[in-house]
Amino acid sequence: MFDLSGKTALVTGASGGIGSAIAKALHDQGAVVGLSGTRVEALEKVAAELGGDRVHVLPANLSDADAPADLVKRADEAMGQLDILVNNAGLTRDNLAMRLKDEDWDTVLAVNLTASFRLSKACLRGMMKRRWGRIIGITSVVGTTGNAGQTNYAASKAGLIGMSKSLAQEVASRGITVNCVAPGFIATAMTDVLSDDIKENLLSSIPCAKLGSPEDIAASVAYLSSNEAAYVTGQTLHVNGGMAMI
Amino acid sequence: MSNDVADRVKKIVVEHLGVEEAKVVESASFIDDLGADSLDTVELVMAFEEEFGCEIPDDAAEKIVTVQNAVDFISENV
Repeated sequence: MFDLSGKTALVTGASGGIGSAIAKALHDQGAVVGLSGTRVEALEKVAAELGGDRVHVLPANLSDADAPADLVKRADEAMGQLDILVNNAGLTRDNLAMRLKDEDWDTVLAVNLTASFRLSKACLRGMMKRRWGRIIGITSVVGTTGNAGQTNYAASKAGLIGMSKSLAQEVASRGITVNCVAPGFIATAMTDVLSDDIKENLLSSIPCAKLGSPEDIAASVAYLSSNEAAYVTGQTLHVNGGMAMI
Repeated sequence: MSNDVADRVKKIVVEHLGVEEAKVVESASFIDDLGADSLDTVELVMAFEEEFGCEIPDDAAEKIVTVQNAVDFISENV
């Protein structure tokens, strides 16, 4: 099940907790994996953990407008083609709306949403020709539920869902699926910074009564990447321990 | 030259849209006469680019709606 031998995958934000777990899961299923991110050393470390075989390090700063097209080109060159794109790179600049700076809105939208669109667009040509492709956006439960202090982040994640549904309709007939995975609260550096009080509060609202792991997300991405998921498109798979049942 | 271009364009259209060769006349519109959808037209342009080794910019691609449009663009730009 979910065998990805002979497939190639590009994972953005691959040095982070969820991104590296996704890269590992796809690699474990047999895919050649391109690791992208801004921190070269951290990417090299992930590559070393994967064993160096079937792994390419492809640094990119996605806040740069030309970076997505260039990254897809480099991924194509390194891996021969690009079958699976995982738009995982994302950042937060949290603040109450009344205190949120324009640049913090712009930065979050640029990386989380605009770069994801540009990356998706850049890899469509090859996928259409091969009549096979998987584009997976890592969104968030807050894209659906909203979250105080995250107007920018929630908007970017909701945008990713709308974009994916639209793109899914455009390219479904060509064997390309476009889906999202929406993590709830996952134990990563992004959630480590929360205070114990907030964490305790959170756990009381999660029926599974624990934070999720990056591997929980990665398994969903491996599934959506597979041939077995060919009839699933335009969907958002919520992986959140039951904290929001949508 | 342009006959050759026309033949190659028609061959691509026949193969890609799966239509009868007789229907692929110069004046035929990909969408109105040959049953293409908008994504088919994008793929046709991709196929023309490959066949003729050229790049067809988006604004030019939007104007290629008939077989003749494609032949003209390619004849003038390749």
